[in-house]
Amino acid sequence: MFEAVLLTVITAATPLLIAAVGELVVERSGVLNLGVEGMMIMGAVIGFAVANQTGSGSLGVVAAVVAGMAMSALFAFLVLFLVANQVATGLALTILGIGLSGMIGEAFIGVPGLDLPQLYIPVLSEIPFIGPVFFQQDALVYLSFALVAAVAYCLFRTRLGLVLRAVGDNHGSAHALGYSVLKIRFMAILFGGACAGLAGAYLSLAYTPQWVENMTAGRGWIALALVVFSSWLPLRVVVGAYLFGAVSVLNLHAQALEFDIPSQLLSSLPYLATIGVLVLISANRRLTLVNTPACLGKPFVPDR
Amino acid sequence: MGDSVAETTLPEVDEHPVQQDRSEKDTLLDARGLTKRFGDILANDRVDLIINKGEIHALLGENGAGKSTLVKMFYGSLEPDDGEILWGDRRVTIGNPAAARELGIGMVFQHFSLFEALNVVENIALALPNPGNMQDLAKRIETVSRDYGLPLDPEDIVADLPVGIRQRIEIVRCLLQEPRLIIMDEPTSVLTPQEADQLFLTLQRLAKEGCAVLYISHRLEEVKRICHHATILRHGQVVRECDPTLETPASLASMMVGADVAAVSAGEQAPEIGETRLALQGLSAKAATPFATALNNISLELRAGEVVAIAGVAGNGQGELFDAISGEMPAAASMIHLDGTACGNKNINWRRKQNAAFVPEERLGHGAVPGMKLSQNIVLTRHGTGDKLVGAGFVSNVEASVLEKRIKQAFDVRMSHDDPEARSLSGGNLQKFVVGRELDRNPGILVVNQPTWGVDAGAAALIRQALIDLARSGSAVLVISQDLDEIFEIADRIAVISRGFLSEAEPATDMTRERVGLLMAGGAETQGEVA
Repeated sequence: MFEAVLLTVITAATPLLIAAVGELVVERSGVLNLGVEGMMIMGAVIGFAVANQTGSGSLGVVAAVVAGMAMSALFAFLVLFLVANQVATGLALTILGIGLSGMIGEAFIGVPGLDLPQLYIPVLSEIPFIGPVFFQQDALVYLSFALVAAVAYCLFRTRLGLVLRAVGDNHGSAHALGYSVLKIRFMAILFGGACAGLAGAYLSLAYTPQWVENMTAGRGWIALALVVFSSWLPLRVVVGAYLFGAVSVLNLHAQALEFDIPSQLLSSLPYLATIGVLVLISANRRLTLVNTPACLGKPFVPDR
Repeated sequence: MGDSVAETTLPEVDEHPVQQDRSEKDTLLDARGLTKRFGDILANDRVDLIINKGEIHALLGENGAGKSTLVKMFYGSLEPDDGEILWGDRRVTIGNPAAARELGIGMVFQHFSLFEALNVVENIALALPNPGNMQDLAKRIETVSRDYGLPLDPEDIVADLPVGIRQRIEIVRCLLQEPRLIIMDEPTSVLTPQEADQLFLTLQRLAKEGCAVLYISHRLEEVKRICHHATILRHGQVVRECDPTLETPASLASMMVGADVAAVSAGEQAPEIGETRLALQGLSAKAATPFATALNNISLELRAGEVVAIAGVAGNGQGELFDAISGEMPAAASMIHLDGTACGNKNINWRRKQNAAFVPEERLGHGAVPGMKLSQNIVLTRHGTGDKLVGAGFVSNVEASVLEKRIKQAFDVRMSHDDPEARSLSGGNLQKFVVGRELDRNPGILVVNQPTWGVDAGAAALIRQALIDLARSGSAVLVISQDLDEIFEIADRIAVISRGFLSEAEPATDMTRERVGLLMAGGAETQGEVA
């Protein structure tokens, strides 16, 4: 029983983790992209469609990543080069993504999907309990952890990460020192889009291998909240994603066990938890201020 | 100007540097006919400038004379429209700051270009082309900073550091690039006199080692003291070159302005001191954010007829003190008294109606709404104080524009067309407007934070004289300023704020710069704790 719960927690947490770590990079560069939900659902539908047409799950995943990047490139063009309002543009991106995905996905409703192959790590996966939980997942689960480790290392141990944080902290100074603020932000936004697309692919190819309209169901918004929850630190995103994954899975299991709690209350738990956690972390204002990208959401126009 | 005031100097500072030989062979940078145009405005008009090796070269001029534009072209942040730059004897194009750094040109910015959330090593690494290993860099920073008498802890987060140390980071960052020319934009505006002396020693040492310094400052005293050569810009053109050691601050000022600058006069008669108008009694406030300063038990009495000045290095609680006095940050009622009425918990409008007026430091965004016309900005601060600007809930645009014209004339606010948006005014003109807007009321109590910040000599003299005249007419004036020259020029009594503690206000005639400097560096704190 516990093993089964844990397995569902991992699958529920993985898309949140991938999308949130991408958005974290975007926000560290000083850009607020509220379009995560829209990029994610485009990743889901394109991933499913391509996998269905070609019969290759891997090709589906690649296509989903490209779709997320294309959506984010549109966002980047609007906010970086036309200096459009980031909040409004992000919201528009979400609405666009949901609408467009519904149109593209119409033909795929009810079509059975294909499962992503599980990666069985020999010997280790045979260990009871530990084996199935840790060494018998699909490739994307492992990839999500590799992604977090890579982002954490890159942000705090490499020059690229240092420049990225500098751009998010004070774009005027970064520009004065000769760094190209727009180029760095553009790359960060593309990375965020790729991650959101990948998270979408996980939903339609691994979590529930099928296409359902509006299947992201607010996960993009939770990913956004997770970034704040983590106070922009990658390792905390893991904690947050698994916490939220657990809460949403708890809902299903509680219903199965016929607990006497209204299911509506249980479904609202992740969102209540978001609010609670936001209140909690705002208590430590110093830590929040040092890690919060000071230029978050502020447009930058180079002076020549 | 400051001749009557005691000079504070560490003995080692070379008071009168010998004029360098300005022969051709020492030339480091030779700018010829540099021109830069922004729209219709010629920011730089065929500027010629020669900087020699080992020379501290002053660049002087009023606000908007084109100094910043010129140095930005040297540092690669701006591209000249016309003209050429010779580095040594080679013609160079400085396309971006990285190219400038490669040539050996470093810059210390007026508004620091540091990243607050990052630590000292990271900040410095960002400016170096090949910073290498972070641990090695940290060691190098420690060595170099100690060597030049500017010690730094590489692991400190910038947000936690006071401005004096932040400037050190910028200077050490320049030094690590082994520069041949350092450009400094108003470096002493944020330093105590003692810190400034330390900086001068560093600059003189650099000059001796052959590094050239291009030094921008509004403080003519220090230009005279440390610079070998001066170039003066007016309206984007070079109008004079001179040896500042042979000039007086007054003659330098008149070269900049192009006319004699009226000296501010405190009036012949000793000020007639009346009753207490504003009293602070044990004013304390917690820091609102981690980067703000707490106010600690501040007491002060401001009486009719006098100008009291509060000196201090930026970020020591001036903003918080101003907010408490103006009513933007509420305090306990008994902490602040206006004309004997306890009002610490009253809002700013209530205080304005008690005949008090307030001019905050940040003129654009705090003192004036950038996107609103000047007449509308007048309504914002004066709607409640009997100027008939609002009747039956309606704003009278007619009355507002009458006031706007009066202020424009009295304070010589220059504008391209009538009643423009606040943001279209230059900094100095906007400052004249926001100060003039309150002075025009003849308030009984005036509190002003940084009255002449970034304002040129002519406008500064005008504002200072108006403040003194207001006090002499029987009002109480409180000036918060970082400019010691200004404070000694206008204040009857001087108090010093340091880390949220305020020293006792003492008569200006008993104060020396040295004593103010010691109080700034923490003396006010110990005094405040005893009291």
